[in-house]
Amino acid sequence: MSKLHTVNKSPFERNSFDSCLKHAEDGSAVLFIEDGVYAAVAGGDVAARISEAAGRLKVYVLGPDLAARGMTEDRICDGVSVVDYGGFVDLAEAHDAVHSWL
Amino acid sequence: MKFGVLVNEGPFTHQSSDSAYQFTKAALEKGHEIFRVFFYYDGVNNANKLAEPPTDDRNLMENWSKLAEEHGVDLVVCVAAALRRGLNDDILAAGFRISGLGQLIEAGIQADRLVIFGD
Amino acid sequence: MSDLPEIPPDDDEDFGTVKKFCYVNRKAPYGTVYALESLEMVLIAAAFDQDVSVVFMDDGVYQIKKDQETDGIGMKNFSKTYRALEGYDVEKLYVSKESMEERNLTTDDFLVDVEVLDRDALSALMAEQEVVITS
Repeated sequence: MSKLHTVNKSPFERNSFDSCLKHAEDGSAVLFIEDGVYAAVAGGDVAARISEAAGRLKVYVLGPDLAARGMTEDRICDGVSVVDYGGFVDLAEAHDAVHSWL
Repeated sequence: MKFGVLVNEGPFTHQSSDSAYQFTKAALEKGHEIFRVFFYYDGVNNANKLAEPPTDDRNLMENWSKLAEEHGVDLVVCVAAALRRGLNDDILAAGFRISGLGQLIEAGIQADRLVIFGD
Repeated sequence: MSDLPEIPPDDDEDFGTVKKFCYVNRKAPYGTVYALESLEMVLIAAAFDQDVSVVFMDDGVYQIKKDQETDGIGMKNFSKTYRALEGYDVEKLYVSKESMEERNLTTDDFLVDVEVLDRDALSALMAEQEVVITS
C-alpha cells in the first residue's frame, strides 16, 4: 500500500511541506498543488529537502498551478516531475489512498 | 474507478473549490465515475445561487451545477455546516442537495478513492 | 450533552464493508473552525462501524488540551466533547510524540487517554489507513 500525499501550501507559509515529508512513507508519492508548487522551484534548503526526499519518494508538481504562478518548468529542482490534472487523477488511481496535508 | 471528492472551502477565498472542480472534470474526462462531491465547512458556500462573481471570471457555482446537469454528478452540501452558515434550500444552486454527514462517510466507504481539497 | 449528534439506527448504515478511516487533526482549536467541525464529523461517522483512528499532530495536539475556558472569547467550549468519543466506540486516539514535545506538552495535559507515537510509528499507522480525512 502506498499513498499519494498532496501539499497545497508554500513551504514558507505553512509546515505542511515539512510534516508531509517527515511522515510520508518510503515509496509513496508527493504532489505539490496550488501554492504548494512553490516548493518545486524554491532552491536553497527546500530544494535540498526535496532532493533528499526524492531518493525515497516520488515527487511531482502540478504544471497548471506552476504556470499560473509564472514559474516555467526549467526552474523546477531535480527530482520533481510535472503532471497535469489528468496526471493527478492517474496518481490518485495508482496509489491506494490520497492524504491531503492541509 | 469511483472517486469521492470532499471540498472544505468556499469559492474564491481559497483555490480548493477550483482544484476540486478541475480534478473532478479530469476524472470524468478519463472515464472515471464520480461517486459524490461533498461540501463541508465553508465548502457549503459553493452552493449559494445568490452569488454574482464578475462576468470576466469563472463562476464556480455554475461550474459545479453544470457538472451535475451534464454528468449527473451528485453534489451534496452538509446540513449542519449549511445551517451554521445560513445556506438553505431557498438559496441552493441547481444540482446541489442538502443532506447529512453520513453521505460523506458513505462516499469514503463506497468510492475507491476519497480526495480532499481544503486549506 | 444535548448537543451530541443522534446516533441513527444501525441498519441504515450497514454497507458490509469495513474500512480503516483515519481523521488527521493538525490545526489548533478556536483560531479556525476545523477542530470543532471535524470532531462533529468523527461523532457522526461513529455510527457507520468503520475502523476509526484519530490522529492529533502538529498544532492539532492543542485540541485535546485540558482546562480550556472560552467565556472570555465568547465561543463555545467544545473540548469536553472529545471525552464522548469513547462512548461512541472511537477509542484509537493517537498523538505525535514530536508535536507534543516541541509544544512543551505531556500526556498529563490531555483531556483524553491517547497513545503517543513517534514519527516512524505514526507514519506507519497513517500508511495503513484506507481513507484519510484531513481538515
